[in-house]
Amino acid sequence: RASSPSPRTPPPVSPLSHSLFVYSQQKELMSKKRDEFEDILEERRVSSDLRYAMKCYAPVIYKGLSPCKPNAIKSAVLQSEQVQYVIKQLAKETGESPDIIQEEAMEILDEMGHSMQLGAVRFFAFTLSKIFKRLFQRVCVNEEGMQRLQQAIQEHPVVLLPSHRSYIDFLMLSYLLYTYDLALPVIAAGIDFLGMKIVGELLRRAGAFFMRRSFGGNRLYWAVFAEYVKTMLRNGYAPIEFFLEGTRSRTAKTLTPKFGLLSIVMEPFFKREVFDTYLVPISISYERILEESLYAYELLGVPKPKESTSGLLKARRILSDNFGTIHIYVGQPVSLRTLASGRINRCPYNLVPRHLPQKPSDDIQEFVSDVAYKMELLQIENMVLRPWVLVAAVLLQNLPAVDFELLIEKTLWLKGLTQTFGGFIEWPDNLCAKKAITSGLALHSNIARLVDGHVVLNDKGAEDGAVGEIIFKRALAVLMCGTYRNQLLNVFVRPSLVVVALQMTRSFRKEEVYSCFSFLRDVFSDEFIFFPGISLKDFEEGCFLLTKCGAIQTTQQEIYPTDKGSVVISFLSAMFRPFMEGYQLIFRYLSKEAKETFTEKQFISGVRNFVFQLLEKGNTQCYEALSSDIQKNALAALVQLGAVKKKKIPCVDLLEIKPVAARL
Amino acid sequence: MAAPAEEAAGSGPGSPSSARRRLSIISGHLRGSPWAPGREGPSPSPCKARGAPAGPASGSIPKKRQELLKWNGWGYNDSKFIFNKKGQAEFTGRRYRLGGMVLPTFKEWIEKTFGASLEHKSTSRASLNVNDVPPSIISEEFLQDLIATKISYSQDAEDRVFRAHGHCLHEIFALREGIFRRIPDIVVWPVCHEDVVKIVELACKHSLCIIPFGGGTSVSSALECPEEEKRTIVSLDTSQMNRILWIDEKNLTACVEAGIVGQDLEKQLAESGFCTGHEPDSMEFSSLGGWVATRASGMKKNIYGNIEDLVIHIKMVTPRGIVEKNCQVPRMSTGPDIHHFIMGSEGTLGVVTEVTVKIRPVPEYQKYGSVVFPNFERGVACLREVAKQRCAPASIRLVDNAQFQFGHALKPQVASIFTSFLDGLKKFYITKFKGFDPNILCVATLLFEGDREKVLQHEKQVYDIATKFGGLAAGEDNGQRGYMLTFVIAYLRDLGLDYYVIGESFETSVPWDRVLDLCRNVKERIVRECKEKGVQFAPFSTCRVTQTYDAGACVYFYFAFNYRGISDPIHVYEQIERAAREEILANGGSLSHHHGVGKLRKRWMKESISDVGLGMLRSVKEYVDPNNIFGNKNLL
Repeated sequence: RASSPSPRTPPPVSPLSHSLFVYSQQKELMSKKRDEFEDILEERRVSSDLRYAMKCYAPVIYKGLSPCKPNAIKSAVLQSEQVQYVIKQLAKETGESPDIIQEEAMEILDEMGHSMQLGAVRFFAFTLSKIFKRLFQRVCVNEEGMQRLQQAIQEHPVVLLPSHRSYIDFLMLSYLLYTYDLALPVIAAGIDFLGMKIVGELLRRAGAFFMRRSFGGNRLYWAVFAEYVKTMLRNGYAPIEFFLEGTRSRTAKTLTPKFGLLSIVMEPFFKREVFDTYLVPISISYERILEESLYAYELLGVPKPKESTSGLLKARRILSDNFGTIHIYVGQPVSLRTLASGRINRCPYNLVPRHLPQKPSDDIQEFVSDVAYKMELLQIENMVLRPWVLVAAVLLQNLPAVDFELLIEKTLWLKGLTQTFGGFIEWPDNLCAKKAITSGLALHSNIARLVDGHVVLNDKGAEDGAVGEIIFKRALAVLMCGTYRNQLLNVFVRPSLVVVALQMTRSFRKEEVYSCFSFLRDVFSDEFIFFPGISLKDFEEGCFLLTKCGAIQTTQQEIYPTDKGSVVISFLSAMFRPFMEGYQLIFRYLSKEAKETFTEKQFISGVRNFVFQLLEKGNTQCYEALSSDIQKNALAALVQLGAVKKKKIPCVDLLEIKPVAARL
Repeated sequence: MAAPAEEAAGSGPGSPSSARRRLSIISGHLRGSPWAPGREGPSPSPCKARGAPAGPASGSIPKKRQELLKWNGWGYNDSKFIFNKKGQAEFTGRRYRLGGMVLPTFKEWIEKTFGASLEHKSTSRASLNVNDVPPSIISEEFLQDLIATKISYSQDAEDRVFRAHGHCLHEIFALREGIFRRIPDIVVWPVCHEDVVKIVELACKHSLCIIPFGGGTSVSSALECPEEEKRTIVSLDTSQMNRILWIDEKNLTACVEAGIVGQDLEKQLAESGFCTGHEPDSMEFSSLGGWVATRASGMKKNIYGNIEDLVIHIKMVTPRGIVEKNCQVPRMSTGPDIHHFIMGSEGTLGVVTEVTVKIRPVPEYQKYGSVVFPNFERGVACLREVAKQRCAPASIRLVDNAQFQFGHALKPQVASIFTSFLDGLKKFYITKFKGFDPNILCVATLLFEGDREKVLQHEKQVYDIATKFGGLAAGEDNGQRGYMLTFVIAYLRDLGLDYYVIGESFETSVPWDRVLDLCRNVKERIVRECKEKGVQFAPFSTCRVTQTYDAGACVYFYFAFNYRGISDPIHVYEQIERAAREEILANGGSLSHHHGVGKLRKRWMKESISDVGLGMLRSVKEYVDPNNIFGNKNLL
C-alpha cells in the first residue's frame, strides 16, 4: 500500500489548461439534447439504386478551394519543401543519390495516394446500396449533424473522426456523404487492404488512401505521408477521415487514441497555414457487429484471416444474415482554434521555417493527447445503445440462465439507470420491453436463446466434447455477449469505480475513497477512456451520478451507501467484476508464474494458459481474462505505472509487480 | 512624440519635377517661406530663432495648430470628404489632387461596403468645450523659472488638448464625444537645442513630467498622458525647432533640428536640389524627431532606406545630460550603436533635438506604374521575386481586391467621354479578354525614381518579372491613384465617423513564406471577431503588402465597420484590434514594423523581445532617466 502510486492529493488541474476541455459538465450531461434520426435506407428501398448511383453529384466544397486532380496533388507533395528537405537530408546521411530517394518517395506516394474517380464512386453507390439493404434493416443518421457538417465543410478544412468497430465504418461513411451530396472523404486506411486487389483499387478510386500500419522508423515514409495528408487538408480538397482508435475495436469498447495522425492534421493550424480546422466526432453504433464472431476468435488467440478478396467473397454468406440497425451520429464540429485558444505557445512555430520537420513541444504533445481523448469521449457520448446492450449486461451477471420475465424487469431497470448516467438509448419504435427484448434475442440468436422461459447463452457444442473445447466455446459466447455489454462501460465507468473503491477501502472517508478511485483509474487507464489529468473531476462526476440515482449520500468528508442503493451498487460492481478479476488473475500470473523478462507474445500465451488451467479446475469463472484485449491493456497499464519496464523494442522486462498486484 | 501614422503620401504627376511639384501642391497655401535663398549655408549660431516674433511661424505648422489643422480629426481644416447637395461625395480644399473633385461611385461603395446610410449621422460636437478640460496645475516657482528662460509657453485649454492625443481611433472618438481625463498642464515651444536643455533642467529641478510632442500623428497612444501622473505634465512641442542648420554637399548630409516636419524638410532641401527621400504617409505633419523616436519607415525606403539607414548623427537631451557621438561617420565599431537606444525610444529617454541625415540629389525623373494580377497569391509571388532579384522600385505595393475596389470607388468623375470609353475598354480587356475576375484580381502600384534612362530600364525589368506571374501592366494613372489613396484614407476616417463607421489601420512585418497565410488569417479573424461581438454588417477588412525586404515584407491592414446597434463601439473596436494583433503574432508577424509600441501594444513587448530584452531596455531607462522625467509610459 505504501508504494501505491496513486496520489493522495488531487492532481493539480490548471484551470486555464482544462477550462475548455472538461468534456462533460455535469449539468450538460443531463440536459444533453440529441438530434433525431432519419433512416437513409428507406428511400433506397422505394426508388431505383441505379438512378441514385447516377444522380447529379455536385458536393459543396471548401470556400477557398482551388480544384485540382489527384495527380497534381501527388506532384505537389513530391515537390514540397517538406519532402524535398527530407530527401536531401537522407541523401546526405546515406550517400544515396537524391534521385533514387525521390523515386522511392514517388513509389510511396503511388502506393498511398488516392485517385478518386466518379465512376468508382458511382459503382460503390450502386453496389453498397444493394449490400446495405441486404445486411441492415435501417441505417439511421442524425440529419442535423449532416447539415452541420455541410456547413463546416464550406467554412474550414474538416477532419472526420469516426469510431471504429467494423470495416463497414468507412464504406458507410463515404456512402452517407455521397447520399447527402457532400465531398467524399479521403480516408487513412490500413495498408492491409492493398492485399485485396480489386477491392483495394476500387477503394482507392473511391477516395481511400493507405498508410502502413507502422512506419515509425521510416523518415521518408513519414514525411511523404504527413505532407500528403497536410496538402489535402490545406487545400480543403476533401474531408480527411481516419480512426483515432487506430484499428477496429474488437471489444466494442473504445480503444485509447493514437496521436500520430491527429498531430499531423493539427499541424497546419498550429503553423497557421489554415485559419481553423474542424474536428468532427462521429459515432457509429451497430446493433449487431458484422465481425462479432471473428473478433471473439481473435481475442482468444485464433488468428484472424488476412484480408483478401476471396475472404470477402466467402463473407457473402453473411449477406443472408440480418445485422439490424446502424446508428450514425455526426457530432458537432469542434473548432481546433477554439480548443487551442490560450493553450499553445506560438514561439516554436515562429522561430523555425515551417517546412522543417520539428518535434512537437511538450505542450503541443499534451494538447494533441487532450484533444484525442476529448474527441473519443464525444464519440462515446453519442454512441447509440440498443436494448440488447442492456440485455447482454443483465445476462452476463446472471449466468448460466435467467428467467425471461426477470430479464425484462431488470433490463427495464437498467434502462432507467443508463439514462440517468447519460447513456444514449434508442428504444425501437416505442416497442414494449418484452417485444424489444424478443426482437433483440431474435437478432442475436447466435449469442443467446430462450429455453423453457429462461434465457441462456448460446454455447452450442459446449455440452459435449473435451473440457478444453467446452471452455473455449463458453469463452467465445461470453466474449461475444461481452461485446454488447461493453458498450455500456464507458458510460458507467465513473460511478462504478467509485462503487468499487467504496467497497475496496471499506471506509466512508471521501479522501480514502478518492485515493482508491484514482488508483483504479490509473490501473484501468487503457481499459476505459478517461480524460487525462482530471481524476478528481471524474470522481466527482461518479459521486454526482450515484447521488442522483440515490445509491449514495455524501457529506463534506464522507460517502455513505444508502439502503435502497444496494441494488445499484451491487449491479455496478458486478458489471466491472470481470475486469477486476481479470486484472487480478493477470497480476497473479505475473507475480507467481512469469519469468523475469518476457515478450508480449510470451506474456499473452502465458496468461492464457494460466487462466485456462484455472477455468478447467473451476477455480475461477472469469472467462474474460482469456481475452487478449484485457491482457494487453493490463500490461500497458503496468508499464505506465512503472511496475513493469519496457526494454528495447521486442523485449519487455519485468521489474517489480508485487505492491500493485497486492493492492487489487 | 510623433509617430508617422501612415507611411507615405504621394500625388505628383509622373514627371521629372514631380516631387517638388507634389510638395508645392501640398503646401501651396502657405505663407511665403521665411527661408531666404542662400541660407542653406552653415548657420551654426545656436539660437538664431530666439526672439523671432511669435507671429509667422517658420514652418508649415503654426504654434496654434488648431488654426490650420482639425481639432477633432485628421489633417487640414479645409480638406475633408463631404456629401454635396446632390448627395455625391466630394473632397474639399485645394491642397490635394483630389481637391474639389466629385467622386460619383463613392457613396454607393460606402453603402454597399458598410451598410451605412447617409440618413443616419453621428455628428461630432462643433467645438471643444473649454469647461470640460482638466485645469492646468502648475507651481508658481516653476512658472517663474520658465518665464525667466523666455521660452514661449501656453496654458490655454485648446493648446493643451491638442497635444493630449495622437490619431488612434479612441483618441479621435474622445475628442468628438468625450474628453481626456488627463492632459498636459502646459505647452512649451523651445526654438533650439539650448532651450530644450533648459526645459529638461527645470523639469529635473521641479520634478515635472515631460512628454515630447512632434507632429502629433502617433497611432500607438504614445501621446496620451498617463492618467495617474500627479506631477505637472509639460508638453514639449518641438515644432518651432525646424531649421536646417547646415547642408554638407561633400558628404551629402544635412543637420536639421528635430522639430521640422517632413514636407518642410523636403521642400527646403529641394531648394538646394536635395532630398532625404524619407516619405512616410504622414510626412505632411510628422517630424524628424518623431521619425527617430519611433523607427519610422518611408514609402521610398527601397532607394533611401528607413530612418535607421538615414541617420548619421543624433543629439538628444536627457535628464542625465546630452547624448551624441563624437563624429559624423557612416559606421563605427564602438560597441552597440547608441543610436539604437534612441531610435524607437518613443520619448521615454529624452528629446531628440538635432539630427544629421543623409541627403541625395533630387531625382531627375519619376514615374508611376501599376500591374494587375489575377489574384493576390500571384501578386505576392511577384513581389517576392522582385525582392529576391533586389530590383524593387522606389516603392512597390500590392493591394488586395477589397482595396482595389476601394480605390476604384474614389475615381473622380471623368472629364471626357473619351476617357470613360478608354476605361471601359481597359476593363473589358482585363476582365473579359484576359479572364481576370474583378472580384479576385489585385493591383500592384509602383513608383520609379532616378535617371530617366535607368528608370525606363528598371521599369522594363520589373514589368518583365510581373509578366511571369501573370501580371498585366495597368498604366501610370492607376499607380498614382493608388498612392493618393493611401494618403487620403486618413481623411476618410473622419467621414466614416460621421456615419457610424469606425476604422483604423495597423501594420506588421512578416517573413515572405508567411505573408499569404498571415493576410488571410488576420482578415478572417477580424470578420469573425466582428460577428462574435455583434457587429451587424460584415466589416471592411483589407490589406496591402506595402514594403518588400530581402527576408520578408511589411503588411498594412485597414479595418472598419459600421457600429450602429453597438453600445460601446470603441471597446468593441479595441477588442477586435487586439484579437487581430494576437493573430498577427500567432502567424509569425511582428508587433510593429513602423508604428511603434506606445501604450497600445505594450502588453506584447515581453513576448516580442523576451524578458531579458525588456530588462536591457529598462536598465537603459533607469540609467538615463532615473526619476522618470520622460514619463509618458510608452514601450516598457
